[in-house]
Amino acid sequence: MSQPRKLPVAILGTGNIGTDLLVKVLRSPVLDCRLFAGRNLSSPGMTKASLLNVPVSAKGIDSIRELRGQVELVFDATSAESHLKHAPVLAELGVTVVDLTPAQVGRMCVPAVNLADCLDQPNVNMVTCGGQASVPLAWAIAQANPGVEYIETVSSIASRSAGPATRINLDEYLLTTETGLRTFAACPHTKAILNLNPAQPCIHMQTTVMAKIRQPDLARTRERVEAMVAVIKKYVPGYQLILPPLLEGGRLVTMVRVDGLGDYLPRYAGNLDIINCAAIAFAEARAHRRQT
Amino acid sequence: MPDKPSITVCDATLRDGSHACSHQITLEQVRTYAAASEAAGFSFLEVGHGNGLGASSLQVGESLVPEGEMLRAAKACLRRTKLSVHVIPGFATIQRDIAGALDAGVDLFRVGCHCTEADITQRHIGHVRSVGREAWGVLMMSHMASKDVLLEEAKKMQSYGAQGIVLMDSAGAYFPADVTEKIGLLASRLDVPVGFHAHDNLGLSIANSLAALEAGARIIDGTAKGFGAGAGNAPLELLAAVLRQRGYPTSLDFYRALDVAGVAEKLFAGSLPGASDITIVSGLAGVFSGFAKPVQRAATQLGVDPRDVFFELGRRKVVGGQEDIILEVANELARRQAGANPGSPAP
Repeated sequence: MSQPRKLPVAILGTGNIGTDLLVKVLRSPVLDCRLFAGRNLSSPGMTKASLLNVPVSAKGIDSIRELRGQVELVFDATSAESHLKHAPVLAELGVTVVDLTPAQVGRMCVPAVNLADCLDQPNVNMVTCGGQASVPLAWAIAQANPGVEYIETVSSIASRSAGPATRINLDEYLLTTETGLRTFAACPHTKAILNLNPAQPCIHMQTTVMAKIRQPDLARTRERVEAMVAVIKKYVPGYQLILPPLLEGGRLVTMVRVDGLGDYLPRYAGNLDIINCAAIAFAEARAHRRQT
Repeated sequence: MPDKPSITVCDATLRDGSHACSHQITLEQVRTYAAASEAAGFSFLEVGHGNGLGASSLQVGESLVPEGEMLRAAKACLRRTKLSVHVIPGFATIQRDIAGALDAGVDLFRVGCHCTEADITQRHIGHVRSVGREAWGVLMMSHMASKDVLLEEAKKMQSYGAQGIVLMDSAGAYFPADVTEKIGLLASRLDVPVGFHAHDNLGLSIANSLAALEAGARIIDGTAKGFGAGAGNAPLELLAAVLRQRGYPTSLDFYRALDVAGVAEKLFAGSLPGASDITIVSGLAGVFSGFAKPVQRAATQLGVDPRDVFFELGRRKVVGGQEDIILEVANELARRQAGANPGSPAP
């Protein structure tokens, strides 16, 4: 059997997310990074890419346009505002788009829950880092309890792991995470909260999911949540349950911590890791599907 | 005596007090208290959930009354006194929360963040200014950063359009010398007025407020009878007395300002804060005052000492909004207790 041809990809956006993603793409046996594109050749991400011998460009979306026919999948790790401009260009190029901004252009993809449903989509949205951590738990809670009335998620991340685009996109982060919870947990009322914590040494990403449930079934919830954590661990190795579901003050509460792989930022940046691991899981599944 | 500058006194009773009663402020309490605040002549009355717009949640606690109703009820009682809200990006969004508050007639948006994260307030301050309302920047948990960092963050907020900067001692952890140093630097280096918001965990709320005024603060926060998170805030009735005695001009009607204490005593009976072992440890550990009630609840359920929970939260440098960590810490302490050998020291 011949070695399958790698899926040619490009990364748009050279900030924390884009650079961490680059390291993961380079490690993938089925992805081939043809271009790392941004706007500033002297940014730390660009420097790193050059050192890794990856072709770089400061012409952003225009440099992707110039690669017409040469890349099949583009990761957009810029900002929600930029993705709204990039999306039609990328659609016209006919590439598969993995959107890591909270722009909500394409179908939301949380690999542990709906990977198979997303593989034919032209544009998938990776929700948010907090969404990738919380949506599968919310989904598991909803599977275990018919009477979920309300779901809420809170994430705390290290200040140093939140770059300028993340900071300027806080509102979009909250609204997109809430939409993700509403969509996947089939729950009309949802809320998302994000805390930035500057403590040194940096805190690891933590995500809590809380729910109001009529007659909660705690044993069944624990079973479902633990099974879900095992599924996520397969593509996010640092994902761990630190507070198994419990009932307190009239709410069901469960909490996870996400240790990153330390690919670009150190291991505290589980937020970068989880959304990028999810994006890679999608891209690799797409690459495998293309072979069959 | 040389002429002293005029002081803007902000009444945060119907916002910080939300923490003291687990966010159960009623519309009747809003109306009665807002009338008293108006009569006293406070410059601003702040209303809403303890963590501000959009913060009613399982994380921090759900408000009894939707914020739109609270804001409208208060606004209807105010003429001279302007209506303000607290806004924390990460909880509140422009589209979902600030828009509604604009409709309800809020005059001033005090946009806050943890004291080292000013850049997350840029869009929210900018939006409020762009629609012609007043916006201030609020640096919360400001005991956790040096004066130079606070100045840098405050300057960012000023550059976004903030028309005032308030340092909050959210944990009640300041000593007067800290206030003098930090407020003094900001007051001398910023173009906009600087304010201070005290908590009384170490019994220093009035001393710290006075230190702020003497260091150049032009804005001072308080609550009636100290009705606020943890051990409460600087009591407005005492602030009114101190301001008068030290000769600071204000918009206050002195007797009516003293009267808010009696109004609060009746209205919020049973929820008025006071010093306790918990609030003292909270101040020593430098943990957000609003954590007092959830810490007590979690410690009781999991059978651990709430003071141990506070010290551990302090060690982990949690910030306002991280209430979920309380349960994790209490659970971890309980687990360690259960696993520990009999007679071994408490964790």
